[in-house]
Amino acid sequence: MKRTSLLTEWLPPLVVIVSAFAIWEAGVALLRVPEFILPGPSAVWVALVKWREAIWFNASQTLYTTLVGFAMALAGGMGLGLAIGYSTLVYRALYPLLVAFNSVPKAAIVPVLVIWFGIGTVPAILTAFLISFFPIVVNVATGLATMEPELQDVLRSLGASKREIFMKVGIPRSLPYFFASLKVSVTLAFVGAVISETVAANKGIGYLMIAASSRFEVPLVFAGLIVVAAMGVALFAFFAVIEHRLTGWAYRGPALTV
Amino acid sequence: MSNLTAEETFVRLDNVTLEYQHEGQAVRAVEDVSLTVRRGEFVVVAGPSGCGKTTLLKVLAGLVVPGNGSASVGNVQVRGPQKNVGMAFQNPILLPWRKVMDNVLLPLEVVAPHKGRFRRHRSEYVAQARELLASVGLEGFDDRHPWQISGGQQQRASLCRALIHNPEILLLDEPFGALDAFTREELWQVLQALWMQRRFTVLLVTHDLREAVFLADTVYVMSTRPGRIVSRTAVDVPRPRTLEDTFSAQFTETYHEIRRQIGEVLGR
Ligand SMILES: Nc1ncnc2c1ncn2[C@@H]1O[C@H](COP(=O)(O)OP(=O)(O)OP(=O)(O)O)[C@@H](O)[C@H]1O
Ligand SMILES: [Mg+2]
Repeated sequence: MKRTSLLTEWLPPLVVIVSAFAIWEAGVALLRVPEFILPGPSAVWVALVKWREAIWFNASQTLYTTLVGFAMALAGGMGLGLAIGYSTLVYRALYPLLVAFNSVPKAAIVPVLVIWFGIGTVPAILTAFLISFFPIVVNVATGLATMEPELQDVLRSLGASKREIFMKVGIPRSLPYFFASLKVSVTLAFVGAVISETVAANKGIGYLMIAASSRFEVPLVFAGLIVVAAMGVALFAFFAVIEHRLTGWAYRGPALTV
Repeated sequence: MSNLTAEETFVRLDNVTLEYQHEGQAVRAVEDVSLTVRRGEFVVVAGPSGCGKTTLLKVLAGLVVPGNGSASVGNVQVRGPQKNVGMAFQNPILLPWRKVMDNVLLPLEVVAPHKGRFRRHRSEYVAQARELLASVGLEGFDDRHPWQISGGQQQRASLCRALIHNPEILLLDEPFGALDAFTREELWQVLQALWMQRRFTVLLVTHDLREAVFLADTVYVMSTRPGRIVSRTAVDVPRPRTLEDTFSAQFTETYHEIRRQIGEVLGR
């Protein structure tokens, strides 16, 4: 039972991924595409192994900036989301500004950050923060705004204060929204960190790719790309699992019992 | 029942009229409703669907404010929610992130004086909740989530939640609506026993006239919307009432009397 479900779940994507690599390898070989335009997976693998130390060093730098920026977004986003959801005044006062702020492409902010903080870790962290902050705010605020009046009535009929209703219904009610935003948000933080590194850094996987491309180390560029993809997937998956573990009730699934 | 004196009156509604605003239009839900309830009385309100029964309970709970007239409890006008009220809503509305036990305990976390004692005396309260859950046939369901129990079981849990803090007034909105006939009749007896033991004041809304006669001291019948009180009937069947009593001449007579009043309300 368990085995078949695992198999049926994982087999299709696995087949697709393996075939994609196979077609890529075969295509490159058959069409004799030169390595400096598109290296095959095997060449990328060779580059991955050859440059593993540099890749490891730069990937951990990116992970670091991503997670620091994301942690800031977590704290700030949760706080602001709760404030917006709690008070209609805060909501009305801040929402237009937040929307305006969110519609600015974050890549456009990087040059400003460079002027203020110079090239390096800080702009990457701040870009990660800025880009991942908004979805958390919106989700938490939505969770509070969509709270069923009936649920509030249960508390109100007992004479509960606004604060008690917020603590006992509002916050638990918005947690699934909060956790749902994390996987999206952490991926965005990662994108922000990499973007910033390609423009304004001397470390990080984004920097590594730019450096490699300027030296025509095309297999290394692709190796960097693969690492970026893998890290993005890993971060997403990690927070998807956390989401499922902590808010099983919202899925009505058996998740809480495991 | 005619020897009602002013001191005995605990809950009163005076000419209560309430309109909801719906898409810019006023929907009059209840009109000019007056009734009095003695302390410890068991009152049942019956009436056709949509006539404003739930609205009436919400007025007493302080969840909605009447446009005209007033509600008072213990000679104090109801201006908002009060702590001595326990309410079981028409839908169970359990908090989905809390297990059954924690749902039942919820009022204790909010209502004084339990609020301040709750953390320190939790095990005491849990024992009380267990007992209550067992009395409605829910033992062993403590740590299920609401969606893991049936609709009828949710309704019973919601009844326990309304009772756990020993409220002086119990407002029950069709509390047995989702139950099968057997469980329902069993819970009539459970509720009667609890009531005879604790003597809280009850306002119960139902469509089921056998239920009304079985449980009530007094049955009020409401008209179609906008709801008005059209009759008041005292039920003098002695307590404790048994299911056997529902076949007695006195019971069926009262039942038919109320049935006739409802028939008139519906125009047939
Ligand atoms: N929030 C609301 N906005 C507008 N109209 C409402 C609202 N709540 C109730 N009503 C209307 O007020 C009337 C009385 O509603 P209420 O819920 O009190 O009826 P009820 O007697 O409890 O009915 P039922 O037996 O079907 O539960 C109904 O006609 C309903 O459509
Ligand atoms: Mg109703």
